[in-house]
Amino acid sequence: MKSARTARLTGSYLVNGTLTLVVILWLIPVVGLLVSSFRERFDIQTSPWWYVLPHRDWVATKSIDPRELGLDANGPMTVEGVTATFEVLREGVEQGNKRLIWIGNRRIGSIQVQEKQWTTAANLNLDNYRQVLQGKDVVITHTDGTLETVRGDDFSSALLNSLTVAVPSTVIPILIAAFAAYAFAWMDFPGKRFWFALVVALLVVPLQIALVPVLRDFAGLNLNGTFLGIWLAHTGFGLPLATFLLCSYIRALPRETLESAFIDGASHFTIFTRLILPLSVPALASIAIFQFLWVWNDYLVALIILGPDPNTRVVTMKLAAIVGDRGQDWHLLTSGAFMSMIIPLVVFFLLQRYFVRGLLAGSVKG
Amino acid sequence: MATPQQTLARRQLAGKPMARVLRFGLTALMLLIALYLLYQGFLFLRDGEEPKWIMALLAILWGVGGVALLYYLVNSLVELLAPAWSSRLQPFVFVGPAIAMLVWFLALPALRTLYLSLFGRDGPPALPLTMLFRAPGEYIAALTAEFAGLDNFLAVFTDRLMLEALRNNLLFWIGVATPLTVIAGLLIAVLADRSRFERVAKSVIFMPMAISFVGASVIWNFMYEVNAPGTPQIGLLNAIVAALGGQPHGWTNYTAISPWNNLFLVVIVVWLQTGFAMVLLSAAIKGIPEEILEAARVDGATEIQLFFSIVIPYLMGTIIAVTTTIIIFTLKVFDVVWVMTGGQFGTDVIATQFYRQSFINRNSGFGSAIAIVLLIAVTPVMVYNLRRIRDQEAFR
Repeated sequence: MKSARTARLTGSYLVNGTLTLVVILWLIPVVGLLVSSFRERFDIQTSPWWYVLPHRDWVATKSIDPRELGLDANGPMTVEGVTATFEVLREGVEQGNKRLIWIGNRRIGSIQVQEKQWTTAANLNLDNYRQVLQGKDVVITHTDGTLETVRGDDFSSALLNSLTVAVPSTVIPILIAAFAAYAFAWMDFPGKRFWFALVVALLVVPLQIALVPVLRDFAGLNLNGTFLGIWLAHTGFGLPLATFLLCSYIRALPRETLESAFIDGASHFTIFTRLILPLSVPALASIAIFQFLWVWNDYLVALIILGPDPNTRVVTMKLAAIVGDRGQDWHLLTSGAFMSMIIPLVVFFLLQRYFVRGLLAGSVKG
Repeated sequence: MATPQQTLARRQLAGKPMARVLRFGLTALMLLIALYLLYQGFLFLRDGEEPKWIMALLAILWGVGGVALLYYLVNSLVELLAPAWSSRLQPFVFVGPAIAMLVWFLALPALRTLYLSLFGRDGPPALPLTMLFRAPGEYIAALTAEFAGLDNFLAVFTDRLMLEALRNNLLFWIGVATPLTVIAGLLIAVLADRSRFERVAKSVIFMPMAISFVGASVIWNFMYEVNAPGTPQIGLLNAIVAALGGQPHGWTNYTAISPWNNLFLVVIVVWLQTGFAMVLLSAAIKGIPEEILEAARVDGATEIQLFFSIVIPYLMGTIIAVTTTIIIFTLKVFDVVWVMTGGQFGTDVIATQFYRQSFINRNSGFGSAIAIVLLIAVTPVMVYNLRRIRDQEAFR
């Protein structure tokens, strides 16, 4: 019979082992993307990304020019003790640890002698990022030394557009929500219950319900395709959650602080700006992170409000456009996807504590 | 609520009615100037052609500064009124802008969408409202000509693609994706709670929450990438399949296994959302009193028994909350499907149908009916939330 100690030890190995496995499973898709984004276009398409790790593969040890040996590619040829036709050689002839293979076409190709060796395909560089970020033409140097001029994909301007959309769309709704939250928490006014119920009800309302009428209003105001339009839309759509979360936070602040401030003769406005806002910084931070990530990663609202104009395209739209037009261009897709992820990931890892706190405050986003 | 000092200040002002009127007028003038400047800013931001980063900076200034300024000026104005009026109006200075935005962008559009859903593809005819008084008969006649009644809703539940979308949302997104996410989140939360590297593990599982659905679609498109049989497979899934001697496929567009190809889209969302479930459940697990678990262990309960008879019942509230949130989310799933398959190959969902009908087919009646169905689907949660708020006695 196992002792309790051994049982606990096995349990611990089991727990940590399983968890490690799950963590690796979760990371693999992202690692594959990241590794591929540094590989050359041709490499990505012909060899799997995990080949950057050491693996057994055929490595050329010698190259033979068949014309020097006077071989006729139209008939059987004898090289290195192997007799075969061009067709067979092109498929490769294996001999133990050795392989002969015809590289190139019949007239000017050569025969390679390959051996199975431990090797890596770790030829990594930043060319994909240069191509995907820049708007101008980019000169790419290939491994064989040839130069190629390609058109840049101008992700940098899409990144700028995303920032232009995301920053005001984060700050404005939080400011408006903070005022409203203060009123709901500390002031009395007719209809307060009704308006607060509306805020709660709108928490889970699907955006789809609002898109067509909002688009019509914007058409009347000439706001379609403008940044102003999308700021307003994100402000409206983000308000219920921001107001609700801030209100629960402000309501939980000790009432005595407020009352003593009143006795000192402060007005609501002063109390709000001097007392409540500074005290609410943790809540403001977590809501700001929510809203920022949500706006940055949003695709639907941008698609509908900003429309097809390439000048205002945000990263998600840019990326989706490449998926649609050039879905096989993995060198661009991988680097582009990573560029679109880098800012939210940095925000996320730096401010994870606030983000989690906001989640725990109970969020149901519409 | 007027404070003693405010009352005092007002009394002093009341003694000098001229000074008070002057201050009021001055503030009102400043408010008008501010409104004018903000309107100019609005026009400039809408039509301006300056470099983007300048526009972005101006926008932040305009938006944040403008909102703050308006709050400040309107509030000053209201505080100069007679105390009774001041305390009556001030709450609306605080809450008014939020209410206006909520009504403009969510509440009213919901009603308008409901109205649109009762009409044909071009919506109700655009008639001047004055016509209702000038020629009410014609107005009503023109309206009824376009009126479709519940036809759009009938179509929502009979159209072939809509039925497919409803099936996918119910069977795969609510039926498979949701429980899978919650169970994975729960198991990982339990494992992490007992492991030595809890924080790192939780960070990694949580990380996809920061990634956009479009980005995640690219990541998983690459995982599912298929090359011609016989050539090296660069997609991990097909490489494994090929190594095991199977036939590589494009999985998400593999119609021969339809509708099960939806599962390959479900995996993406599970990967994205498990972190959310895990964080909430993990926090709840920390709340289980250690003494209860210890007592059960002393009584000889196995860890499995502990899990099912103590941990699960204890977490039930959180599990329900997480499940509801994820159901609401999966009801509206759009980006992943739209980018991965465009809703083809039998993977349509309600939200992609909504988008196609509203913005590609330009059938506003049908599109609106789909949106209303989505709204009705979340109504139970809405009612539950409202009840909970009322029970909490939020208002003292």
